Parts: sequence; C-alpha cells; structure tokens
Amino acid sequence: MAEMNMLHAINDALAIAMTADERMVVFGEDVGHFGGVFRATSGLQEKFGRDRCFNTPLTEQGIAGFANGLASNGMTAVAEIQFADYIFPAFDQIVNETAKFRYRSGNQFNVGGLTFRTPYGGGIAGGHYHSQSPEAYFTQTPGLKVVIPRNPEQAKGLLLASIRDPNPVIFFEPKRLYRASVGEVPAGDFEIEIGNADVVKTGSDITLLGWGAQMEILEKAASMAEIDGISCEIIDLRTLSPWDIETVATSVKKTGRLLINHEAPLTGGFAGEIAATIQEECFLHLESPISRVCGLDTPYPLILEKEYMPDELKTYEAIKASVNF
Amino acid sequence: MSNAPLNNETVHRVSFLDKASLHIPILKLLQADGTTYENAVMPVIDKALAERIHDTCVFTRVLDERMLSAQRQGRISFYMTCTGEEASIIGSTAALDDGDVILAQYREHASLRYRGFTTEQFMNQMFSNEKDLGKGRQMPIHYGSNELNYQTISSPLATQIPQATGVAHAFKLQGKRNVAICYFGEGAASEGDFHAGLNMAAVLKSPTIFFCRNNGYAISTPTEEQFAGNGIASRGVGYGMHTIRVDGNDMLAVLAATQQARAHALEYNAPVLIEAMTYRLGAHSSSDDPSGYRSKEEEAKWEQHDPVKRFKLWMINKDWLNEADDAAQYEKYREEVLNAVKVAEKVPLPHIDGLITDVLDKPTPVLEKQLAELKQHIKKYPKSYPKSAGRI
Repeated sequence: MAEMNMLHAINDALAIAMTADERMVVFGEDVGHFGGVFRATSGLQEKFGRDRCFNTPLTEQGIAGFANGLASNGMTAVAEIQFADYIFPAFDQIVNETAKFRYRSGNQFNVGGLTFRTPYGGGIAGGHYHSQSPEAYFTQTPGLKVVIPRNPEQAKGLLLASIRDPNPVIFFEPKRLYRASVGEVPAGDFEIEIGNADVVKTGSDITLLGWGAQMEILEKAASMAEIDGISCEIIDLRTLSPWDIETVATSVKKTGRLLINHEAPLTGGFAGEIAATIQEECFLHLESPISRVCGLDTPYPLILEKEYMPDELKTYEAIKASVNF
Repeated sequence: MSNAPLNNETVHRVSFLDKASLHIPILKLLQADGTTYENAVMPVIDKALAERIHDTCVFTRVLDERMLSAQRQGRISFYMTCTGEEASIIGSTAALDDGDVILAQYREHASLRYRGFTTEQFMNQMFSNEKDLGKGRQMPIHYGSNELNYQTISSPLATQIPQATGVAHAFKLQGKRNVAICYFGEGAASEGDFHAGLNMAAVLKSPTIFFCRNNGYAISTPTEEQFAGNGIASRGVGYGMHTIRVDGNDMLAVLAATQQARAHALEYNAPVLIEAMTYRLGAHSSSDDPSGYRSKEEEAKWEQHDPVKRFKLWMINKDWLNEADDAAQYEKYREEVLNAVKVAEKVPLPHIDGLITDVLDKPTPVLEKQLAELKQHIKKYPKSYPKSAGRI
C-alpha cells in the first residue's frame, strides 16, 4: 500500500498494464513527452518508448477512428480524450463504430481491446466546455461499457480491469478528484471487477446512489442526516453500463427509499433510467418517490457553478424530504 | 524544429497560389483498343494474375447484373453495383498481399471476390440467412470476412479512413510487412474523418494506401458541387504524402500505381494517396434513379471507356484469352449465381437467440431477460412474428 492521488494511481495502472501487455499503446493529444495536460501519462514515453506512448494530431474523431483500427488489428489501445467535453467529434466513431464492431460483423471483428480515458465533471471553474458529464449519451449505446471511479484505489483497480476487459470501455475520470483525492492504493497489479456496485456504507432508512466525484457529496450529506437520526446506506455504482441492478434493488428493498445523485442535467440523465428500473423491481417496497438530485437542465455554468451543483446541502434536504414523505 | 517551412524562399510582393499551381498528371498505360501506350512502364503481371483479375471482372459483372434484377423482383431488399469501376477496385486489390487488410466503403465487393469470397457466401449475406457470416444483422452488400482480411462494411461514410490508419499502424508496431488499404469515394472525402485519417497517417507514419474512387457522383451530387480544389489528389500533397492520380478505368495503370504505392508504404512506413478517375455507370443503389440528375448522353460517353472490355482486349492481344472463352465464362457464372440464389433463399433465417449475442462478448443478465420476455410475447402472437415463431 502507498498513499497517492488519483492521477498517480491512474499513471501507475497504465504503467503496470503496459509492462504486462506489450501490445498496449497509449495515445492522445499531448500525452507523449509532456505527459498529458493533467499529467496522467507522465513518464510513460520515457519508460516505454515513443512507439507505445505518443502524441496524436488534434482530432478527437481521428483518435477514436485510429483507436478502432488499432484494436481491430490485435492491439490494446488506450486513447485519451483530453476533456469529456471534447468527445463529441468522436461520437460517430464511438457510437457507430466502436460499439457495433463486434455485432455488425457477426463476431468476426471486435475492438474489445479499446479503452477511452477521459476527464469529466465540474468543480474546477471550467465553465461549460471543461465540466460536462456526458455519461448518459454513452449508456444508451449497446456495445459499450461505462466505468467511473470514486478514489485512487478504485481508479487503479477499475482502470486495469477496463483495459483488460474484452469489450470497449469508456473510463470517465472525475477531474476534480485528480489531485484532491488522496488515499491508500495497493501496490502492484490488481483489478476491481467491472459491473459490480460497491456498498460503501450500510444503513437502514434510505439508499443513496452515485458515482465518481459525487460519492464525497453523498458521504457528507449522509453525515448531516445521521445527526438527525437518519441512517443512510451509500452505494457507488462504479459501472454505469452494464449496471448492477441487483445490488441496488437489494438495498432499496431493505431501506424502502432511494436517492440518486449526478452532476449531469436531470432530464435524460442516467438517474432516470435507474429510477425507472428500481420502481419496477421494488414497487411494493418503496416508502417514498425515488428522488433525483442532479444538475439543472442548463449548460454547465461558470460563476454560478456552486448553485448548479447537486451538492451536499441539496442532497441533505432531499434525504429529509424522502424520509418525511 | 517547430514550424520550419520546407524552403526559405521569400517574395516581396503579394502572390497567391491557386489550384492550378499544382500540376497533377494522370497515369495511363492501356488504350481503349487494348494496346499499351508506347512508353508505358508496365506493372508486374503474368498470365495467372491477369486471369485472376479477368475472372473477378466477369464474376462481378454477372453478380451485379443478376442481383440488381433479383432486387427488382423483390427477392432481396437492396443492392449496389460497381459497374464501370471494376478496374479501380480489382486492379488495386490485385496489387496487394492477401494479408493486407482491406477497409472498404461498400462498393468494393469485387475486392472481396478477388480474395476468394465464394458465390455462396455472397448469397448468404444478401439473403440474411443463418449461414451469413454477419448473422443477418446488416443490409445486403455489407460483407465482411476475417479469414480474407476484409473488414465488415459499415454504412456511415468515411469512418473506415482513420480506422485504416490504425490498422496499418498496428502492422507497423507488430513488425509485420503488411499494409492497410482504404477505399472511399470523392464524396466521403468531404467528411471530417477523411482529414483526420490522412493527416494522422502522414504524421504517425502508418503504412496505409488511401484509394479514392472518384466516380463523379455522391448519390446525385456531382463533383463540382462536392469540392472546388484540384480533385482529391491535391489534398494528399497537402498532408505530406506520396500521391498519384490514375485513370481508374485502366486496369494496368491502377495495378502499377498500387504496386508501387505498397512498396513505398512498406519501405518508408508512409501512407500513399491514389485518386482513381472513374465513373459510376450504374445508379448509386437499387433505391436510386440517376435519370433525375444526369443525361443518357453522359452515361453513353462513359460506356465507351468500359474498363472490363479494355482489359479483355489487352488479354486477347497478349493471346491470354479469346472471345469464346470469355463468353463461356460469363455463361458459367450466370448459371452459378442463379443456382446460388435458389439455394440461399431456402436456407433458414438466423435464430432469434442471435439477437442478443455479440453486443458485448457475452449477453448481460438484462439482455437475457429481455430475450426471454420477447419469446414469451412471440409465443402469444405467433402469426405476427413469422420469422421466429416456429422455432422458439
């Protein structure tokens, strides 16, 4: 075990994966000698050479298309999209190509060796082009896995599993935690299985569900609610696609209440999908309507970021409203 | 050194470059009567290669004629011919190693045939039956064959271009002596993926052959409404790659250009752009009617440049073929295709269980539940789901 921040954990995971798999390459804008704008790929070019960690021209659709080609021809491709806000030029390559490569060919070809890493989310005063949470655009596309870690240990274990998963994965990294989140991380090679939610804290009155950087918000809100005598169960979904319905449903059957929190706008967000499924699975167990604490239906703001965010206070109020319904 | 110009020439009065600044000749080796130009530098070709090319031409002509008519009869839902572009497609594929990966647009079934796709395999795909390698998931003509290194067609245009760069780059990293060839039309070259793929291949040094079939039309849009520059070839020079423009109806010119492009790509780990000037003699697809956007006179003019006929005359001149054998070959394939249609349309359709496989490497519990619920529903209303109801 060693204490490190999320960036170091990601960098460590990449180096371990590259050492174990000589077919693995890491590429994207500024990821080479410079080590990426957040330094996630720092030192990899020096360690593994320019053939295995390299800059690409500034073209997200090109990076995604190139990644598809590499992965279809036997390589393990880890592509960085510098900000999730800039993933949209690559949307066609990801949605129409990456996600359908296996299906459309009758399993003759696949790009399972492909992982996209991309920093997402707000909290860095980045305005609407450095703060978005576009996960729901991808969870609606069959053929992709979507994974989001909450801390350094999770980032390392989930990233190693994502790189080695036989399916294409979009790995969203909560950028406001890159340096802010510091914790003990196991040394060496380990994986955290994709597709399993993690019950972070057990409780009896309400289930709080989130992912990524919002897990800290849920923990703060739960501490506030505990003072009022409300016992919260907290679950980190970790994998949004395919998501762990069973763990969430088991929890909600126990607590009778569910609150989902995400940074992305409310309408069309992934919380809506969870709410629909859980009401179907747990209808007779529910004591109150499923609560969604999410971003507003606006572009991500700049100076009023604090007001936009589904923070601990909004979450705390929603917990009380649910329990007192 | 960042941003260094190629040369240090300076001028001291305003002087613009224009599209005529770049002189791009067209490579022509074979004349309409089947004789070669006097100074023609020939590709590497022997009788066996010429026969394989000719055989592919004949099969493709027959397939296109028969399957378009099968579509008209309602036996298949959709079809696309490559009539008029056979020299571009077959001449380029014939220059490759069978291990080179082909990333086609959709009008390159002749390449697949050249590699050895059987008549039965073509039919299974077009009839979406249970023997289709693509498991009945894509419209007719969206072929793919891992065995023959022909990546499965996807309808979105130009997505294969940056993918080809990646496929070629993988070969380079693996130390394999193979290239990727990427086919696309001059219309697809307007997509962002064209720019992305060519620029990346040039910068990252990926041994890719970008083969543009400039066939005059993107569905109904003529080239003068597609681009204003000096064709597609001028762009290759702009990306810093070796570039050539060839007569796309000249089998020998296409073969020669692609043979040398491949050698260059492997020797220098560098991409090459080939622009083949040709003409789509048929409609865009079975859903299209060209009479709304071009004249019969224009089509008749291009029929004079039939690439298959030109190559046949060359072979006859070489005494490698005669008219009687050529005609017999057409007859043989007409019968073969007709019989294959009859067989393929009787092969059962894919089973409903295949609906949820290959989305991911294995079906998720949610998908299995959805399939189980669907089957229950079909059992309740079997007459409304005749393709599956009998086999649940």
